[in-house]
Amino acid sequence: MTVSTMIKYEQKELKVVGTRPLRPDGVDKVTGRARYAADYNMPGQLIGKVLRSPHAHARIKSIDTSAAEALPGVKAVVTREDFPDMAVEYAAAGELTINFRDVTRNMMAREKVLYDGHPAAAVAATSESIARKALKLIKIDYEVLPHVIDVVEAMRPDAPLLHEEQYTEGVTPKPDRPSNVAKRMVFARGDVEAGFKQADVIVEREFNTKPVHQGYIEPQACLASYTEDGQAELWTSTQGHFVFRAQCAKVLQMDVSKIRVTPTEIGGGFGGKNNIYNEPLAIALSRKSHRPVKMVMTREEVFRATGPTSGANVKIKMGCTRDGRIAAAQAELNFQAGAFPGSSVPMASMCTFTRYDLANVRVVGNDVTVNRPKVAAYRAPGAPIAVFGVESVVDEMAKKLGIDPIEFRLRNAAREGTQTYYGPKFGPIGFIETLEQARAHPHYSAPLGPNQGRGIATGFWFNIGNETSAALNVNEDGTVTLMLGTVDVAGGSRAAMAMMVAEELGIDVDKVRPIIGDTSSLGFNFITAGSRGTFASGMATVVAARQAIEKMRQRVAKIREVPVEEVVWKNGQAQPVEDGTRQFAPMSLAEIAKVAGKTGGSIAGHAEINAQGAGPGFGTHIVDVEVDKQTGLVKIVRYTIVQDVGKAIHPAYVEGQLQGGAAQGIGWALNEEYVYGADGLLQNPGFLDYRVPVASDLPFIDTVIVEVPNPNHPYGVRGCGEVPIIAPMAAIANAIESAIGIRLFEQPMSPPRVLKAIEAEEARRGA
Amino acid sequence: MARHHVTATVNGDAVEFLCETQQTLLEVLRDELRLTGTKEGCGTGDCGACTVTVDGRLVCSCLVLGVEAEGKSIQTIEGMATGKDLHPLQRKFLEHAALQCGICTPGILIAARSLLERNPDPTEEEVRFWLAGNLCRCTGYHKVVEAVLDAARELRGA
Repeated sequence: MTVSTMIKYEQKELKVVGTRPLRPDGVDKVTGRARYAADYNMPGQLIGKVLRSPHAHARIKSIDTSAAEALPGVKAVVTREDFPDMAVEYAAAGELTINFRDVTRNMMAREKVLYDGHPAAAVAATSESIARKALKLIKIDYEVLPHVIDVVEAMRPDAPLLHEEQYTEGVTPKPDRPSNVAKRMVFARGDVEAGFKQADVIVEREFNTKPVHQGYIEPQACLASYTEDGQAELWTSTQGHFVFRAQCAKVLQMDVSKIRVTPTEIGGGFGGKNNIYNEPLAIALSRKSHRPVKMVMTREEVFRATGPTSGANVKIKMGCTRDGRIAAAQAELNFQAGAFPGSSVPMASMCTFTRYDLANVRVVGNDVTVNRPKVAAYRAPGAPIAVFGVESVVDEMAKKLGIDPIEFRLRNAAREGTQTYYGPKFGPIGFIETLEQARAHPHYSAPLGPNQGRGIATGFWFNIGNETSAALNVNEDGTVTLMLGTVDVAGGSRAAMAMMVAEELGIDVDKVRPIIGDTSSLGFNFITAGSRGTFASGMATVVAARQAIEKMRQRVAKIREVPVEEVVWKNGQAQPVEDGTRQFAPMSLAEIAKVAGKTGGSIAGHAEINAQGAGPGFGTHIVDVEVDKQTGLVKIVRYTIVQDVGKAIHPAYVEGQLQGGAAQGIGWALNEEYVYGADGLLQNPGFLDYRVPVASDLPFIDTVIVEVPNPNHPYGVRGCGEVPIIAPMAAIANAIESAIGIRLFEQPMSPPRVLKAIEAEEARRGA
Repeated sequence: MARHHVTATVNGDAVEFLCETQQTLLEVLRDELRLTGTKEGCGTGDCGACTVTVDGRLVCSCLVLGVEAEGKSIQTIEGMATGKDLHPLQRKFLEHAALQCGICTPGILIAARSLLERNPDPTEEEVRFWLAGNLCRCTGYHKVVEAVLDAARELRGA
């Protein structure tokens, strides 16, 4: 049984929420003072480096570290021998589920290396150059094995096996031979075969996507200090310090209370900093060397061994009646999990068709291990991949039926009361509002130039809540310090929380100082993921603020010698209730704070909750592209996002989430991909050859914020960070089709691929 | 390993440091001079997070050796504000919410100042191409470009 906290939406006049104050972390960030993980140093620290597999797949026959250990300046070397093996045990880490048997093997290879870049040993030395020399002195005897990196090839019965003991879960009877398909899942409702029989038009298409990386500009970095009394301190760039603490404690077999994790300012994460990589290695090296150990990844290491999200093979079939109603929809999603099971295919399966009200639907997802880095969450994990397929098919279907693409979606749109195929029935949602506002937007009817086309696509994300805590201290001068346990992953959640506190307490927002507490200062907080930050931490903040208000009411009742029922909190002060029986002089928060010490002690509010009732988010994107038929270059000419966020606490930061998410989706659509050679080695582990969008690739990105309040949050917050990355890939594919009459089924839609499609079409027409 | 003695000016202050031959200016700034406002995003000159100026010229400090700083004047993010007054670009970045995680912000601010020193009235396109060497993964550049254009307006007195 889960006991959870929900607070109903309260419609009221707002003074702070909805305004645009400057962010509390802003000045430090524009002056270079903000401290990111790589900016932390300790006296006597060593530098740790990792020796990584040069093979896609190989058995480790032996490891000889003696020459490295003998090098002057080397203080510790760790290998698989230094970490206990772990049994199969599952835990949540952000939006994906992890298995400690695999976590310990991913941070340090045991029997085999399973991808180019897999850690096989680590050293700590007095300088980086000595550490690098030491890596070259470690001798590993590998037996190179055949590898597989393509998801369709990996699913074949004769494919090289990554895990000899892995039998496909979710299949009955249990298979009699092992497979790279770790798990098969089915989400279904109604009868798809019957639905397809009713359909007048059927479209069936296959799509392929490449892995893309979260691409945060700050490489992973950490600093660990293990002391002789068995305590460890860790400073690291993380989206969830409590989850990192739990994972480190587990793989190092330490008590949770003996590890204190301080989250540093984080230089981007997007799901990629939900998992431990170097952290347990740094603690282990510190334990062995008796010195603090700092580890900073290079960009090449980030690409080879962290993230990315899955590449995938997606098959979509959709049937419609002539009136534009979807009669049946079916999908098969084959996702690369990387070296260990646990891709985002469950979420992708649940998001595939969820924007539509469907009677007959069936989604099959396969989680497939391949010789690539273990995938990590990436902003709305998996959803953009499935939606690329579905929204492309929807566009083709609307064209075939001669129906406007927004009108087609409106005829099938999910609304309040729609039963989803993965579980819940929707409460109030704003999908239709986003479609209607997109249709009414001037962008939708603006004229197009030569070689230009317009595309539409939509996205859905669940948004989540979960364990959250917060502490609010009323200081003696009438200011407030708010301690949060959810990392501000840069969207501005510290600002949003401070605003909600100011609104609740009735004080100026600049009187509230929000900080992020370390793992020893607050109760457990789940990771900042799933667009939960402002929803869940916002709810904890409101609970803490209301507890402080309750204490202030009681304090004033005592001071003024009136029953507490006679005291109400309004306009930042405790005052007599309207129509009350007792009159007394009101006391402001500052006045109460001033005398708090002498009247019973300082005043604080706490919240330790499991927030539930997250409100689903929907968005509709409009994009205009221009295609250069000579080069295949696709230029984004105009972009508009319409999204329901429930309530924008700080509209500028919500716009920033929408624009940033769309930019990542545009990069995914047009440029980004992992390129592997036949040898199974990554060929583009750097920003020169892995090209994320730059300023000159993009236009201004227009945003329309729709606010259909979430009924389960006091301010109506839904969450907004993930929805905007879902639609761009499909919207751009649809726009390209509109521009040149050719539909692309592979991502990225980069110049060589677009040019190839144009030339193939010309050859077909000529033939 | 013998270390080189280097004298230079950083943000107007005379500095001396010892560095190994292969150490980059970025490493010297961060590890020897403890000026950690300049960031490393790639170490290969592709992301612009380590952008500084050397004698007024915009460079990726990860592609410059520490020994090359001898006799040079280097400007980093730590020297951008004057006393308690933020540079108009810094102020406009705050007002326009032109930063999120902030790891790219020091490099972008240095690059943007360099643009406005050369071209006080840039077009949107000129801003976008000038900043094309500075990767930002959070913002989609929308508010960054707006902030630079607004700062240019203020600096021109327009």
